[in-house]
Order: sequence, then C-alpha cells, then structure tokens
Amino acid sequence: MTGPNTTNATRGRDGDNDPQLAHHFDTPRRQYDSARLGMWIFLVTEILFFGGLFCAYGVFRANNPAIFFDGHLFLDKPLGAFNTVVLILSSLTMALAVRAAQTGRRRSLVACLVATIVCALIFMGVKGVEYKQKWDHRMVPGQDKIFHWFSGEKGPEPRKQFRPDESYVRARLAAEGFENLDQEEYDRRAARLGTFMGVYFSLTALHALHVLAGIAAIFWIFIGSIRGRFGRQYFTPVDLVGLYWHLVDMIWIYLFPLLYLIH
Amino acid sequence: MEINFFTRSPCACYQPGYRMTDSISSTANSYLTDPPGLRSWLFTLDHKRIGLMFLVAIGAALALGATFALLIRTELTFPGPTIVNSGYAYNRLFTLHGAIMIFLFILPSMPSSFGNFVLPMMLGAKDVAFPKLNLFSLYLYVIGVVFFLLVLVFGGVDTGWTFYPPYSTGAAGPVVLAVVGAFILGFSSIFTGINFLVTMHTMRPPGMTWFRMPLFLWALYGTAIIQVLATPVLAITLLLLGVERLLGFGIFDSELGGDPVLFQHFFWFYSHPAVYIMILPAMGIVTEVIAVFSRKHIFGYKFIAFSSIAIATLGFLVWGHHMFVSGQSPIVGMIFSALTFTVAIPSAIKVFNWLATMYKGSIGLAPPMCFALIFIFLFGIGGLTGLFLGALATNVHVHDTAFIVAHFHYTMAGGALMAFLAGLYYWWPKITGRMYSIAWGQISALLIFIGFNLTYFPQFIIGSRGMPRRYFDYTRLLEAHPEFTFYQIISTVGGFMFVGGLALVAFVLIRSLFAGRPAPANPWGAATLEWQCSSPPPHENTPPPAEVGNCYVFDDLRYDENIKGYVNRES
Repeated sequence: MTGPNTTNATRGRDGDNDPQLAHHFDTPRRQYDSARLGMWIFLVTEILFFGGLFCAYGVFRANNPAIFFDGHLFLDKPLGAFNTVVLILSSLTMALAVRAAQTGRRRSLVACLVATIVCALIFMGVKGVEYKQKWDHRMVPGQDKIFHWFSGEKGPEPRKQFRPDESYVRARLAAEGFENLDQEEYDRRAARLGTFMGVYFSLTALHALHVLAGIAAIFWIFIGSIRGRFGRQYFTPVDLVGLYWHLVDMIWIYLFPLLYLIH
Repeated sequence: MEINFFTRSPCACYQPGYRMTDSISSTANSYLTDPPGLRSWLFTLDHKRIGLMFLVAIGAALALGATFALLIRTELTFPGPTIVNSGYAYNRLFTLHGAIMIFLFILPSMPSSFGNFVLPMMLGAKDVAFPKLNLFSLYLYVIGVVFFLLVLVFGGVDTGWTFYPPYSTGAAGPVVLAVVGAFILGFSSIFTGINFLVTMHTMRPPGMTWFRMPLFLWALYGTAIIQVLATPVLAITLLLLGVERLLGFGIFDSELGGDPVLFQHFFWFYSHPAVYIMILPAMGIVTEVIAVFSRKHIFGYKFIAFSSIAIATLGFLVWGHHMFVSGQSPIVGMIFSALTFTVAIPSAIKVFNWLATMYKGSIGLAPPMCFALIFIFLFGIGGLTGLFLGALATNVHVHDTAFIVAHFHYTMAGGALMAFLAGLYYWWPKITGRMYSIAWGQISALLIFIGFNLTYFPQFIIGSRGMPRRYFDYTRLLEAHPEFTFYQIISTVGGFMFVGGLALVAFVLIRSLFAGRPAPANPWGAATLEWQCSSPPPHENTPPPAEVGNCYVFDDLRYDENIKGYVNRES
C-alpha cells in the first residue's frame, strides 16, 4: 500500500494476506487507529478512576491541612525521589522500546523492554521497603485487623482505631520540633495521621497495583518480542502497552509531590 | 468514494441482488446455528450472539428484581408487619430490589443487549471494534451477577442500594461482596462503552457520515460517553468503601476522621449520570420506533442527535440535587438546582420532536409503538416531577418520601423499562426470526400501562402527604393520614398487575419461539440497515449498500402480503 496515508503501520501490508488483520477491519491502518483510540479512552477511564482519589486528597487537604503536614513527616523523601527517577527512566526505556518496534530493531526492543521491567521491579522493591517501614511502626491502617486475621485468634476483631507505634511517632514529631506532647494532643495527631495514612496507602497501593499490571503487560510484550512478533508491519501491542505505562508513570509524577513534598 | 449527501434516493437501502425470497427467514444458516456447538457460544466473538446472551441474562435479572418488588409491595400493603417482622428484613428487600434492578438490569439492559446486537448492523460494520473485549464484558457481567447471587446466599445487605456510610462501613452482612459485584459490573459497562465509541468513530463505512447514522446510534454514543467517564468514579468510590470496611481506612467514616458527605458526592457523581445511561438508549429506541410506526421521517434529526450529547454533558453537572438536605451550602444547592432545570430541556426537545414526527403520520399501533407511546406519557410525568424535585423548597418537603420513589419509578420503570420492552418487541423478529401475536402484545402493553399507573401514582399522593420511603411499618402515620392504607392497597394491586403484564410479555415472546410464524426480514418497514438482512441475521453481517441512503425515508419500501413484510421497491 502506498499513498499519503501510508505509515510504517501499513507499508507493505496487504489486507487479504495480512495475518494480523482481524476479520472485521477493512485495513490494517483502521485496525491500528481503532486500537489506539480504544487505549486512549481506557486511559481516560483510568484518570477518572484515580481522579476520585485525588479529589478525596484535595478535599481532605483543603479542610484539614494539618493532616497532611503531619503525615508527610513520616514519608521517606529520598526514597520517593529515587522512585520517581526510576519510573521516569522506565518511561524513557519504554518509549525507546516502542520506537525500536516501529523501526524493526528487535534486539533493541528486547533490551529496552528488559530495562523497563527492571526499573519497574526496582520501583516495586523500593515501595516494598517503604511499606515495610510503615508496617514495622504499625502505621498501616487496619494493621491490627490484618494481624488478627492471620493470627487465627478467636474473639472480637480489634476496634478500627489507628494506633501506631507511639514511641516512633513521638520521636519523629520531636525531631521536627513538636516535643513534649500531652496525651490529648498526641491522640489528635495520631488520629490525623491515620487519615493521612489512609489516603497515602489508597493512592500508592492502587498505583502499585497498576504498576504490577503494567509489569505483566510488558512481560507479555517481551515474550512476544523474543518470538519476533513485532516489527515495522505490526507493533500495535507495544504501542498500547507503552501508552499505558506512560500513564502509570504520569500518575506517580502527580502522587510524589502531593504526598511527599508537602510544605 | 464519492460522498453522498442527504438525498431522498429512490432506493433507500437497496442491496444489489436482494431477492424477495431472501426475506423469509431460514434459521438453517443464521447466527443462531452457525457455527454450531456450545463452545462456539461460550467463546463467541459474534456481537449478535453476545447481545442475545446479554438479553437472556438481563431478562433473568429483571425477573429477580421484580420478585423483590412484589415482596416489598406485599409488605407495604398493610401497616405494620405483613410478611416481614423487622425493619432489618425489609431493608434487605429494598436494598436488593434497588441494587439488582439498577446494576444488573437497567444499566446494561439496552446498551449491552440491543446495542451490541444492532449497532454494527445499523452502522454497516462487520462487528464491534473489539469483539474479544465485548466477550469479556459479557463474562464480567455474569461474574458480577454471581457476586450478587452470593450476596443473596449470605443473607443480603440492608444499607440501601446507595451504601451510605457511616452505616455501610459498619453494617453486618456481605457489603463487600455486593460492592465488589457492582465494581465488576461497572467494568462490564465501561468496556461496552469503549467498544461503542471506537466502533462509531473508526468503523463507519464510506458514506455513513455522522448525520446519516440512525438516532439510536447517537443515543448509544451519548450513553457510551457517560459509561466511560462516570463509571470509573463509582468504581473508586466502591473500592474505597470496601477498603474502609475491611481495613478501617478513614476516608468516609467520621469516627476515623473521614467525611460521610464525601461519599455522597462521589456516589452521586456517578449515579446521576448513570440514570442518563439508563434513559439515553431508551430515548434512542423510542425515536426509531416512533419514526417507523408513524411512517414519517423523524422531525428534527439534528436536534435529537445533539440533545443526546447535551443530556450526556449536562448530566454530569447536577449530582448535588440528590444532596440538597445533606448539609451542603445553600449556594451550592442553588447552583445544582439551576443546572438541574437545564438538563430537562434536551429531554423536552426530544418529546416535542417525537410528537411532531407523529403529527400527520400514519400511525400503526403494533406493540413496539404502544410501548413507545407509553414511554412518552410516563416519562413525561416522571420528568416533570423531576422538576418539582429540582426546586429546593419542594425537594426539602418530599425528600426521602414515596414521592421520590414514584418519581424515579416513573422515569426508570415507566421510561427505561417501557423503552426496553418497546425495543424487545421491535427487534424480537430480527433476533429470533419469529413473529409474535400482535394482539396479545397490545394487551400486555395495556395491562402494564394500567398496572404501572395504579402502582405508582398513589405513591406521589402519599409521598407528598408525608409517607416516608424505606419504612416498612407506617402504623404511626395513620393517625394523621388514615388514607395511606387505602393508597398502599391500590398500589399493591397495581404492582401485581404490572408484574403480571411483564409475565404476559415473557409469555407472548417465548410462545413465539415455538408457535410464531417465521419473520420476514423487515416486518415493520423500517429503513435502517439491520432490517436489510434476513431474520434472524446470518453469521456474517450483510455488507452495507454502496450508497448509504436516508434511514428515515419509508417511501421506498412496500408491503408484500406474501411474506407479510416490507421489501425494497425495485428501481
């Protein structure tokens, strides 16, 4: 096929003989366009999905800024910054992978996909470290309940109150200049911390789930690329997974300053 | 390919080589039997099969929801406990009735069944853009239904279908199961929406411009926009509710530092546009049916098309009218009230266009038309009472009373359900290849119309006089309002008549499968493309004609007595 609408997606593809052309599409170009449009609409739904959470963040922060100020003291800024860099790097490698697929450079494609997966795994690892820190100091909301479920104890579930490790919290607050808090003041701050942790874990855990899904998708593309499925003629799945991955990265780019960099 | 403009071509949808005998159905080679075998159904990528399976499941959901409705009606007939002994039991009845009717029945009813079946054929496409995603939507729907059945097995929930915290964050019962079920059903809806949007954007054949599309497709487009934009917000709301229940995250529960009104904002930000998901395809069906059964070109095509988009857009701006008494500021209340008044305008435009279409038309009262007319009447009442509710002062007076119940039943059941039945009677010959008894179809419409009004009109009356909703025991109200029992009895009689009418519809249609005569390709004389192929359609969709004509021009069809259907006039 030649002409003004010829792209790498369509050059050399003959509708009748193209094994990748689905029966209900007239031309490969139309199939590619449909797939991209479908993925973009799906990304819009993802934005609205996270949007609800960002909205909750906005409402809580507007109504009670103290929650967020206290809360961010307990997040590890360097780790968060490192994760941000890692994820942006993974977006770069993903974009390079898409370009490699479009230009038919198979080795480059495989290498870039591997790099993306490695970056994503590093991100998850650092997240794991952060979460473990929180877990060790009993700062995960519902931690007592989870203990209770897994301990196999009988009896009533612990009340849904957020009770972090008091010495750790006091020490951290003292380091910021809030020393010698009386019990009432401490309880108030601990409760606020609970709300912050709820928002923090909701946002970051949901994001982490999407990173995991992204890793699975990139792995699927990786298998396909090893088998030589993608090239100049057909690279739609790589393109679409790339779009998804960029969205996941972008969500983190919003998350990081909103949660970690509060003044 | 030359672009053809809006012309009254002599052969509206003439298909070269089309023969009269093609009109007689032969299931030998239809999508129903080709390819054969159970596996080919379970793993089908054919939009027609998927639409039919959705239809069957949706019909079952309607039956289940209607059962709960009858239980509610029976309980309310007499003051005091009638068939349930406690408020807890009654609360579970109305919660399940609402959740099943909304999430399992109405929301998917028209897009996923008729939309899936008809959209590619009306467009002239071979299938939807993503057939595998379509199948996945069906699987998700079935899984969601299973979750709700599990909720029933585990004793039901009593939070109301609206799941308001702080009650829902602490209530006993399988709230998380219900919420996960609704979450999954939401994704079924989202994927259908994505599929329809992409199909309409990228798979229109040459000549099928936006303004040559049938108006049902415009309606589905508006619906798909809402499905894609609103449903994710419900998904996150339900996810947060579940997480709050399980882990005590303090987003909505004030004891944990959360905000219960935030839940209401999130919930209604989806659930108000959701009602437009329910009504837009309904209005699309009514548009098609009114044009065909008035034998007249639809009046104001572009107005109807744009009004669908306007409803979809404005519907996102009015969610606060469910929250006038929630403590939100009066200014916010006034803004939502004003916006609510504007969203009524596009709906009214449609009603005027339908009436103008019928004026000086040649009206045939086949069952689809009966239900379309019933829709106009009942949705008119429902919509107008919506204006009473949009006004702040009256809303405060009737909030949480039976008036609200009557309003949303007039719009959802008197509107969407009637249009669903209209679509069912309209496309049944195409889907199954069988004609049903027209007379009995008309009788079912009459029975439903009378039963419906007997059920819900009294509820406007008692609601405005103070009968609360979600109350099972109204003994104490009888001192001030002794007439409540009388109206409740009428309402129950009407309820059984209404459901009886629905049962009659089911009987009429199912009987047609065994004893109905084979349907011609075009029994109603419609000019949209899905009527060009045989009834039932073949496995491969009929290719669109070389020239896409005007799908509301009926002059080019003539009735053929031999096949009791319409054929294209030979040029």
